[in-house]
Amino acid sequence: MTRIFVPRDVAALAVGADDVAAALVGHADIVRTGSRGLFWLEPMIEVETPEGRIAYGPVEASDIPRLLADGLLTGTAQHRRLGIPEQIPFLARQTRLTFARCGIVDPLSLDDYRTHGGLEGLEKARALGPVATVETVLASGLRGRGGAGFPTGIKWKTTAEAKGARKFIVCNADEGDSGTFADRMLLEGDPFSLIEGMIIAGLAVGATKGYVYTRSEYPHGIATFDQALTIARQAGILGPEFDIEQRVGAGAYVCGEETALLESLEGRRGQVRAKPPLPAHKGLFGCPTVINNLVTLATVPCILRDGAAKYQAIGMGRSRGTMPIQLAGNIRHGGLFEAGFGITLGDLVNDIGGGTLSGEPIRAVQVGGPLGAYFPPSMFDTPFDYEAFAAKDGLIGHGGVVVFDDTVDMARQARFAMEFCVVESCGKCTPCRIGSVRGVETVDKILAGQNVDANLELLRDLCHTMKFGSLCALGGFIPYPVLSAMNYFPEDFRPAQRLAAE
Amino acid sequence: MADYEPWNEDRAQAVIANHAAIEGAALPVLHALQAVFGCVPLDAEPLVAAALNISRAEVHGIVTFYHDFRRKVPGRHVLRVCRAEACQSVGADAVGAHVRAALAVDWHETSADGAVTLEPVFCLGLCASGPAALLDGKPVGRLNVARVDRMLETLS
Repeated sequence: MTRIFVPRDVAALAVGADDVAAALVGHADIVRTGSRGLFWLEPMIEVETPEGRIAYGPVEASDIPRLLADGLLTGTAQHRRLGIPEQIPFLARQTRLTFARCGIVDPLSLDDYRTHGGLEGLEKARALGPVATVETVLASGLRGRGGAGFPTGIKWKTTAEAKGARKFIVCNADEGDSGTFADRMLLEGDPFSLIEGMIIAGLAVGATKGYVYTRSEYPHGIATFDQALTIARQAGILGPEFDIEQRVGAGAYVCGEETALLESLEGRRGQVRAKPPLPAHKGLFGCPTVINNLVTLATVPCILRDGAAKYQAIGMGRSRGTMPIQLAGNIRHGGLFEAGFGITLGDLVNDIGGGTLSGEPIRAVQVGGPLGAYFPPSMFDTPFDYEAFAAKDGLIGHGGVVVFDDTVDMARQARFAMEFCVVESCGKCTPCRIGSVRGVETVDKILAGQNVDANLELLRDLCHTMKFGSLCALGGFIPYPVLSAMNYFPEDFRPAQRLAAE
Repeated sequence: MADYEPWNEDRAQAVIANHAAIEGAALPVLHALQAVFGCVPLDAEPLVAAALNISRAEVHGIVTFYHDFRRKVPGRHVLRVCRAEACQSVGADAVGAHVRAALAVDWHETSADGAVTLEPVFCLGLCASGPAALLDGKPVGRLNVARVDRMLETLS
């Protein structure tokens, strides 16, 4: 029977992919894959033909009888036909390295994984040995994709050189930033790449145990990854030399901060630790620990396989390689866009993203999750690069780009940032725990028109205190969305003008 | 729709014992209890404390720190609606307000007929398919008022 690929990614399930698969039963061999990441086309199914795969989308279960009658199985039906997926402009413009297999392979098939270049990086690492493996990662220029952008090779080198009875590899899969789903897509769509990356990390630093800390909001990713672990163990890829255990978070955003995550893994409240000591010296259970974001670890296999030079050749400035950018929010073409660093924000949201979903003009774009700055269209020439965003008081974080149209009230967004910090603060340091509460109160006073000038000044002062006085990035970066909203959208903080406008 | 067991101390002891031996057992133990009983009741705290050799205060601190752990058994269905920025940009505030009005509950509350517990969630990773929700663990995207009404009609 003809093979038809139907995604099992939650973004496809959320719009009816299971119903589509059910409608195809008996007509084709159904292979469930991850998502290609073109979410506005989900459910996007692909038919295997002698000329290659032909994509259709968005497909509803009710479309299937007509499509079958019109020649779906030969790829000739015209309704909803997208053609060869790689030629869809959104995909054709990408450089897919970390996401090369996602949406193409059966995520739980080791044969698929091997056929598409899987496990070759691990073989290379074994041949190179620990020191040269660390050197390769260092030379690739790979930096932490979780947000901090710290050079991965240096983390590994520090851990490799640290002394400890045990060492650990910890994967941070606590992807809490709104607007991000790259970790989730890999857990659901290519889990073996993470397993391979963690084994390589273990080999490089001398660790025998890995933990993956996955957020509970990703039940499908958790289930798929657990299945992948079982398959890898049965195949002897994981075993006494190096094994991985998945642990599930419990809804605390702050556990995405690495030291809070370690506390949580150890069975405590997810409260941030003061650094030093660095996790590389004293991490999980007091032992030297490599803690990396999921995307970082899942990128390591292709760096080892293809060599550091190839990865390093892509990008701009000190941001080397590719970044899986996640286009989200009020955007026409939302999804996963992996590209070399350097593409401008304007190109991302207008050219590739197609502007807003609502059709209204873009008013603001928040990059980097709840702690990221809101950029107005006048800043759309900013290239996607760690340093370029930092220079404009922003951050690229984990690569989430959330688009808002002109109905957004930026004072409300500033209030939300503070409110989010109230709910999610771990409570360890005062600027974050108390500052966020005072921040909400102050924005409320501004919105109510009380002493607006003085309260705006006070809010700025409070942001300054939080930025420089907080222990971690939660309290330290929450000022970014608040200050950017105040700086670029001052009219929203002037209730008199707001009333006049309404 | 989940079928939870009524609280039973012996059963709880057995569930705790299944996970207590691993390193850093607190979260796995609490998740396991919630999976069986639908929540982590106060009565569970001394049992967990004894099994993990930590104080009851510490257990209480852990349970209350994490948003996931409920203190009461939820309704027959759990609806988790995303309230984060990406979903806000496509109307999540209106969806959230409508759900609360339709069920006559606030966040974290259960409808009077015991059918639905409404929980806020900050991001489900469905940020280009919002407003999004998880209904009994099943993802739902592109929510609007009409779709919420259709969804709630199916719940009893």
